[in-house]
Amino acid sequence: MHEIVELLQKDARLSPEDIASMLNKSVDEVKRLIREMEENGTIIKYCAVINEEKLETKKEKVVAFIEIQVTPEREKGFDAIAERIYQFPQVRSLYLMSGRYDLLAVVEGETLKEVAFFVSDKLATLDNVKSTTTHFLLKKYKENGTMLFQQPKLERLNVTL
Amino acid sequence: MSRFNRRVEQIPPSGIRRFFDLVLDAKDIISLGVGEPDFVTPWQVREQVFYALEQGRTSYTSNWGITELRQETATYLNTRFGTRFDRDEILITVGVSEGIDLVLRTILNEGDELILPEPTYVCYRPLTELAGGVVRAVSTPSLKVTADAIERAVTPTTKAILLSYPCNPTGYTIDKTEILKIGEIVRKKGIWLISDEIYAELTYEGEHFSVGALPGLKEQVIVLNGFSKAFAMTGWRLGYIAASRDFLTQAVKIHQYAALCAPIMAQYGALESLRRGIAEMEEMKKSYWRRRNYMYDALNSIGLSVAKPEGAFYIFPSIHSTGKTSEEFAVGLLEQEKVAVVPGDVFGMGGEGHVRICYATDFNLLKESVRRIDRYIKAAKK
Repeated sequence: MHEIVELLQKDARLSPEDIASMLNKSVDEVKRLIREMEENGTIIKYCAVINEEKLETKKEKVVAFIEIQVTPEREKGFDAIAERIYQFPQVRSLYLMSGRYDLLAVVEGETLKEVAFFVSDKLATLDNVKSTTTHFLLKKYKENGTMLFQQPKLERLNVTL
Repeated sequence: MSRFNRRVEQIPPSGIRRFFDLVLDAKDIISLGVGEPDFVTPWQVREQVFYALEQGRTSYTSNWGITELRQETATYLNTRFGTRFDRDEILITVGVSEGIDLVLRTILNEGDELILPEPTYVCYRPLTELAGGVVRAVSTPSLKVTADAIERAVTPTTKAILLSYPCNPTGYTIDKTEILKIGEIVRKKGIWLISDEIYAELTYEGEHFSVGALPGLKEQVIVLNGFSKAFAMTGWRLGYIAASRDFLTQAVKIHQYAALCAPIMAQYGALESLRRGIAEMEEMKKSYWRRRNYMYDALNSIGLSVAKPEGAFYIFPSIHSTGKTSEEFAVGLLEQEKVAVVPGDVFGMGGEGHVRICYATDFNLLKESVRRIDRYIKAAKK
């Protein structure tokens, strides 16, 4: 199971036939395991990794990492306030963190103003939010294990014994 | 008087030089002809060498290699392959290639015979002949090495047996039962057993059984290994010989005058590979394993029959069914489909009628190359 996931995470377009061959399994078994993982939510979806710099129809976009200090609620802990925050479509990711602050939100907007407005108007005003610190993203080098800049090609001789 | 050394002159120019030139100059081909990993040396290792350079580690080292590396190498061999070498029984060399040359020059006298199971890697024969020895090649129909075949080849002038497993080009290994039998032959005859185990880590079926783990044979056994393949460090040129102190004391005399020592940067890189590079090496191994499984299925399904290779990153299918010689097959495939493979005859006895395919290449390219080979075979049959 784990090995199939590992392969799909690197290349979601691998066919069940190729996966079966690589892992010494039957095609039916691989198909069944993938279906199971899709059904039980282990595999949530398949998507493409994009280098946005190269998109022809690239839209200017602003991304900010926002540290949020909150007051947890009795019985619900951080979950209730987290839900209040992650339901906003502007919030791309949200993590509960150890350390100086509690939640880390990754927020996306079309302009700096839009993001700033979202933070001051929607996030900072929530009852349990004590404070926020906003960091704007300037450049991406690596994301989810993928280097976003072209790495030099491996140069090998065409033939060596 | 001849202008050149007679033995050097007598080394035949490689019969497939023409093919090699063709391949080396070819553009936009898919090459399955390489003999090295498709991974760059792991960053951790490269980064550690930057540090070594910053520290100004640019001097000669001891002829034997740096002490920590020899210690770490002995520990590595003993824990992973059940050998019992200590630090003083390790000599760091400029790749296994230099190691082989040292070993052969250290033990062979004029006319001594060396038993060499073929097909095998191409350096053993010329280096034996340069050292004054005579190669006695043995082969079996399955291309797998057997103790029986070796025993039949032993003569009173046999000085050594040279094994290389898992094997380049076949990918076949030699299992423990056969190694134990070969060990018995060596013990009985009082001859040397030389073993190039550069692909030991890349063993996919069962466990690699090193000749270094043969009980009571330490004085007759010489193990060679290095960092090129499993640790993806081909260009660093770093290997080692593990053998008795008695033997190494002789071998180091050649090494100290011919090489002085292995490059210090490479030694620090190798040290990092052993200390913190095992996990990443295992990941690379897993990726070869998957591609081996795929290539084995794929080649058999297009009619190039082959048994499952147990190690390394090669597969050596028979091309008999096409009615072509190895070289004809390889030249045609390159010209018509732009796929490079190595004709099997270069690897010695038993190699003709096969081609070596290296699957250490991007999976999608492997798939494409299988499609092209299939098309090539079908076109040839018409």
